[in-house]
Amino acid sequence: MNKLLEIKGLTVTLPSKSDRKYAISDVSISVEKNEILCVVGESGSGKSVTAFTVMGIHDKRALTISKGEILFDGYDLTKIGEDQFRKFRGKKMAMIFQEPMTALNPVMKVGEQITEILEIHTDLGPSKRKSKAIEAMENVKLPDPEKIFHSYPHELSGGQRQRIMIAMALVLEPDLLIADEPTTALDVTTQATILELIKEIQVRRGMGVLFITHDFGVVADIADRVVVMQHGIVVEQDRVNQILAHPQHEYTKMLIGSVPSMVPPQKKSIDVQAVLELTEINKSFGKSSLFRKDRIVNAANKVSLKVAPGETLGIVGESGSGKSTVARCAIRLIEPDSGSILVKDIDIAKLRESGLRYLRREIQIVFQDPYRSLNPRRTVGQSIVEGPMNFGQTEEAAVRKAKELMEIVGLKPDTFNRFPHQFSGGQRQRICIARALAMEPSILIADEAVSALDVSVQAQVLELLENIKKQFSLAVLFITHDLRVAAQICDNIVVMKKGAVVEFGSTHEIYTQPKHTYTQALLQSAPGQKYF
Amino acid sequence: MFVYTIKRALMTIPVILVVALFVFLLLRLSPGDPAAVIAGDYATAEDVARIREKLGLSEPIVVQFASWVGALLQGDFGTSIFSSKPVTELIKQRLEPTLLLASCTIIFSVIVAVPLGTIAAFKAGSWTDRTVMLFSVGGFSVPVFVLGYILIYVFSMNLRILPVQGYKSPFEFGMIPFLRHMILPTLTLSVIYIALLARMTRASVIEVLEEDYIRTARAKGLSETKILMRHALRNAAVPIVTVIGLGIALLIGGVVVTESVYNIPGLGRLVLDAVLARDYPIIQGLILFFSLVYVLLNLLIDLAYTFFDPRIKY
Repeated sequence: MNKLLEIKGLTVTLPSKSDRKYAISDVSISVEKNEILCVVGESGSGKSVTAFTVMGIHDKRALTISKGEILFDGYDLTKIGEDQFRKFRGKKMAMIFQEPMTALNPVMKVGEQITEILEIHTDLGPSKRKSKAIEAMENVKLPDPEKIFHSYPHELSGGQRQRIMIAMALVLEPDLLIADEPTTALDVTTQATILELIKEIQVRRGMGVLFITHDFGVVADIADRVVVMQHGIVVEQDRVNQILAHPQHEYTKMLIGSVPSMVPPQKKSIDVQAVLELTEINKSFGKSSLFRKDRIVNAANKVSLKVAPGETLGIVGESGSGKSTVARCAIRLIEPDSGSILVKDIDIAKLRESGLRYLRREIQIVFQDPYRSLNPRRTVGQSIVEGPMNFGQTEEAAVRKAKELMEIVGLKPDTFNRFPHQFSGGQRQRICIARALAMEPSILIADEAVSALDVSVQAQVLELLENIKKQFSLAVLFITHDLRVAAQICDNIVVMKKGAVVEFGSTHEIYTQPKHTYTQALLQSAPGQKYF
Repeated sequence: MFVYTIKRALMTIPVILVVALFVFLLLRLSPGDPAAVIAGDYATAEDVARIREKLGLSEPIVVQFASWVGALLQGDFGTSIFSSKPVTELIKQRLEPTLLLASCTIIFSVIVAVPLGTIAAFKAGSWTDRTVMLFSVGGFSVPVFVLGYILIYVFSMNLRILPVQGYKSPFEFGMIPFLRHMILPTLTLSVIYIALLARMTRASVIEVLEEDYIRTARAKGLSETKILMRHALRNAAVPIVTVIGLGIALLIGGVVVTESVYNIPGLGRLVLDAVLARDYPIIQGLILFFSLVYVLLNLLIDLAYTFFDPRIKY
């Protein structure tokens, strides 16, 4: 065995007032040379704490290592001093992070951020440093590295930024790479190329990689071995084929079972009059003034779609495809430049705010991040009754209704007076759904409504959405970047790219016979198709 | 950016016009006969008539405004009622001490406050942090004139190492006498400003230290000092620069008091004397002058942002 990193019985203690005592407890895992070890788990599983502790960059004020060893390169990392540890970081072990936008310093040129590592760890002069950085950038297949060297992070795309992170991590050819959800914030097609890149470099250099992820699709594509964590404990570890084919632990089985299938279920076609119909919606952002020509972005370009009661229409696309712009136009949070928006046969595209008021009842929206879409200083009950009372319902009636709805979405009505922070992410999303339903809308827009949730919770919320759609015969506009989720919940799908609809059809048609090359590329990029 | 600068410079014109209108109305709309107000309680009827004539107060108000703005455009800010000198000349004479006092204060404050705030942020929660913050609260609380007299009492009267008051121009008397006279006023004026700036720096740096790229910097193996100097401070700079700019604007109030306490013949004293003497042309001229300074300062601050943050483009 060529053990590169060996974690033995590692226990990390949380501060005394936390809801549990340990962030991770008795974790024993090892990474060998020339392998990718995936650590999988949902939020709160302790997978990131494990990674940060190995790197020595955990929050030392809150987290203390109370037991165990981290053996690396002949040292126990829990025992060595900070000065010595610093020499390992960036040189022998390196790390890449989830969100490449925030993980790079926004006011420093990306080239300098790479050469900085060389400056601390080597004696190379400035010109040598630069040429080595350029070489590292070529290795991660960045186009025109000379030019990108002098760019700032905000001038690059998400994929390019993550390539910069990887170039930075690998410039000194470390033995161990720790990757913390490195593709989670990226588009599927970008994710596929970045995963390929990591795999390729790992094989070429014989590097050991500790890869943190919540996505079993990614695991299936990239892992050699898998460690499954839950509530700070390792529940199972084995070779990837073994885990995927014969999971032993209930939690592993549940995680694998929760990955939505790429094969859409058969659905009945819906033959009812549409309640929401968008025709040739155009919307562009940016304007050119007398003094300056700004870049104009066509966020929506002749977009037409319609949704009928009882139907879930998916809008699928990558970031910048215009899917959110279309949704915002549909509820008139923004005004389209041209085109018509029919809600129950009334064109609202150019209505004024006063005329729009009745529409606010008809269309409700559930946002992506349930942590930010509820006012933290109001009880969930207040949040739910606010809308109906604003439209003239008595408090008594609104409260009664709110409690009914809480029951429907699977919350206890006696939690009416609690605050959002007392709920989990999945529960908060249920609250948001109840808040939307309180207005008795005919149209519900779900803008990436399950993207921020753990897979197990995601499945439950999707089921809830499906149920309330039937119960209230809602027309649902479901915006997502996740093709697996879309396959399961949508009746029909609109595929968008750069503001335009490239393909429209029933979910079954789109997934079995995609016509547009972009749809085909998108479907191929979904990770883990060998297994799921 | 060049176009933006020009645009902003042009935008100062309406701003100054509004200020000018306000300044103009200040005198005309105050209760009673403006000439009598200016002349004061013990003036004779002839005095009042003379002043009225001099200010053109018998004309219709629109004509008065037009001729006043016309004069302003030619650089004529009016003439002092009492010294009969042009207001522009008075301002020019008094500009040097104030400008130097303000510069010394800003430079000294930044040199002291930014490192203090940064250290406090880095050691947030420690006794170092608490000491800095305690000092900061104290600095806010002590009135400028009280501090001024305490400093004079300690350093000039008891220890006798610094002059009590006065001003020596560096161009006439050289650097050493200038600095000796500048130390106490600068200290007096700086304290509140250091307090403000240190707090702001601390808050800003603490926020930046939570950012993901600081974690990245740690993962690269950078030392904490380098993380602070290279990654944290520049990202924290935009709010700090804003406060420095706002602080310069706030300084003007402090300058009036400080110059009075230390008997420095600067613009602050000119303001005070003009107000006490109800020398309206000087007051009007000074308000216009200061508002012009404010507008230009704001422009400079906005342009400084682009230097610290490449994401900001105009």
